[in-house]
Amino acid sequence: MALRKAKLKHFAYFILPALFLLIVFVLYPTLNTIFLSFADEEGRLSLSNYREVFSSRDILDTRGFKRGFPFGSLIHNIMWIAIHLPLTTIVGLSLAVLLRGAKGGGIVKSIIFLGMVMPMIVGGIMIRFMFEENVGVVNLVLQTFGLEAKTWTAYPETALFALIFGSVWLWTGFSMILYSAGLETIPKTYYEAAQIDGASKAKMLFKITIPLLKPITVVVLTMTLLWELKVFDIVYIATMGGPGGSSNVLALQMYLYGFREWDFGKSAVVAVLITAFTLIAAIPMMKSAGDESE
Amino acid sequence: MKRSRKDTLVKTIVAWTIALVWILPLMGVVMTAIRPFSEVINGWWKLEPFNATLSNFSGALNHQTAPLYKGMINSLIIAIPATIAPLFLATLAGYGVSRYGFPLRKTFILTVVLTLALPQQMIAIPIFRIMSGLGLVDTYFGLILVHTAWGIPWITFFMRNYFKTLPADMEEAARIDGAGDFGIFFRVVLPNAFPAIASASALQFTWVWSDFFLALILVYSPGKLLATQRIPLMRGVYHVDWGLLSAASLMVMIVPILIYILLQRYYVKGMVGWTIK
Repeated sequence: MALRKAKLKHFAYFILPALFLLIVFVLYPTLNTIFLSFADEEGRLSLSNYREVFSSRDILDTRGFKRGFPFGSLIHNIMWIAIHLPLTTIVGLSLAVLLRGAKGGGIVKSIIFLGMVMPMIVGGIMIRFMFEENVGVVNLVLQTFGLEAKTWTAYPETALFALIFGSVWLWTGFSMILYSAGLETIPKTYYEAAQIDGASKAKMLFKITIPLLKPITVVVLTMTLLWELKVFDIVYIATMGGPGGSSNVLALQMYLYGFREWDFGKSAVVAVLITAFTLIAAIPMMKSAGDESE
Repeated sequence: MKRSRKDTLVKTIVAWTIALVWILPLMGVVMTAIRPFSEVINGWWKLEPFNATLSNFSGALNHQTAPLYKGMINSLIIAIPATIAPLFLATLAGYGVSRYGFPLRKTFILTVVLTLALPQQMIAIPIFRIMSGLGLVDTYFGLILVHTAWGIPWITFFMRNYFKTLPADMEEAARIDGAGDFGIFFRVVLPNAFPAIASASALQFTWVWSDFFLALILVYSPGKLLATQRIPLMRGVYHVDWGLLSAASLMVMIVPILIYILLQRYYVKGMVGWTIK
């Protein structure tokens, strides 16, 4: 009995304050958004919001497959993932391996990591700036290869790609830093032993480095996926989803429905959609946390 | 031996070339910010003529509709309490979870991990309505509350992971000496947790400073806007004044960059430790 009382006391003092805020400002709002998405104007359960959102072409615009952008924000997020996820992961790992053997690698790492440190709203400004026709450095590079200069964020067919490649520049520092930390944990003796056995550099990379970095790869892929699904600031400041919705993403669509059109029902549908994806993406991470808390 | 030296040389050259390319966009912003716009209109890489000026910085700080100096002050007013409050509450919770068994502990941890994946969009509408109901829309207190609640899950998880690596010997010794739970927490646990607290503070402060979405939905009076909210307002209607925008961008990013440089060790540890246990 006394033990139980002590437990209750500990719970009340240590956990309850945090739990209270978590419930009021995170858990309750989450459940409330799910409810809102399934409620019609009179508050009855219905699928009308879902029907409205999916028939509106804001999320999915199949005409895009014939005519080009826009494809709808859902497809745009998927394209973001298809390009950004492999690129940042592979480049990040390559940089981590390369910089370990280079002089001043720490400084180079800090330079690349800067993209992760700056506010994403500033990152969006930088992306706009580098793709701008006259002042953008991307056009300087393209022109030296004899290609024409243009404001890449201003055309429907290139706006989304400009944002995606710009965000690769911002985000690669993340996977690089994690992989660098992971490389530190691999004992040097493994490589020495492999060298004695006459293994090539490539073989060591694929047989030692990459398999041993697998737990980090899981984290990198998960966190990057979550970021790609939640991307908002960059798009808001650089293109506002334009021109004509051709660089729109789910998170921005949620904001536009909710806080420009003041249609909370439709907005909640998009929020639920994003959350469904992020929860699927986070399954591996939740599994490992669940195992560990046994 | 000779081969490995050549190897290092090649790697170093490649690495620094990459660094140079990587930093080009940032250099562009710096060059545009410190020169009059007429000089950079055809590309900031053209160095003739070159007249350094601070007029873009003063222009951004004292901008007519969205003075940035006010935004920077406002952002500090938000970010400092929105770092201290969740850190205190989540350190308590993280310690409680790691040291005291209580019913539903596993559920609590899973909830915390679950909320790590949650997008802010998922709480936006109810938060807006709750805050309207409480009369806290367009107040800093409301925004600080939301940032505190939003920071609690990941900091709790982070601190719990840290406490799990910390042996409980000293706490038990203090208990034998007659110290109570809170005495132990404040005098033994907190000082030992300093590295983890520094890491979590650096990240939480940076994120609150960098936040745009929550501020966007909760704060709208022109005088109350935060630094990140003022940047879109500087873009101009008919043409983009890149000089002004570059100077403003630099000033808004300098705060997190300073934190990163000063607390680099903790910052990276926080980022790595929070994702990899």
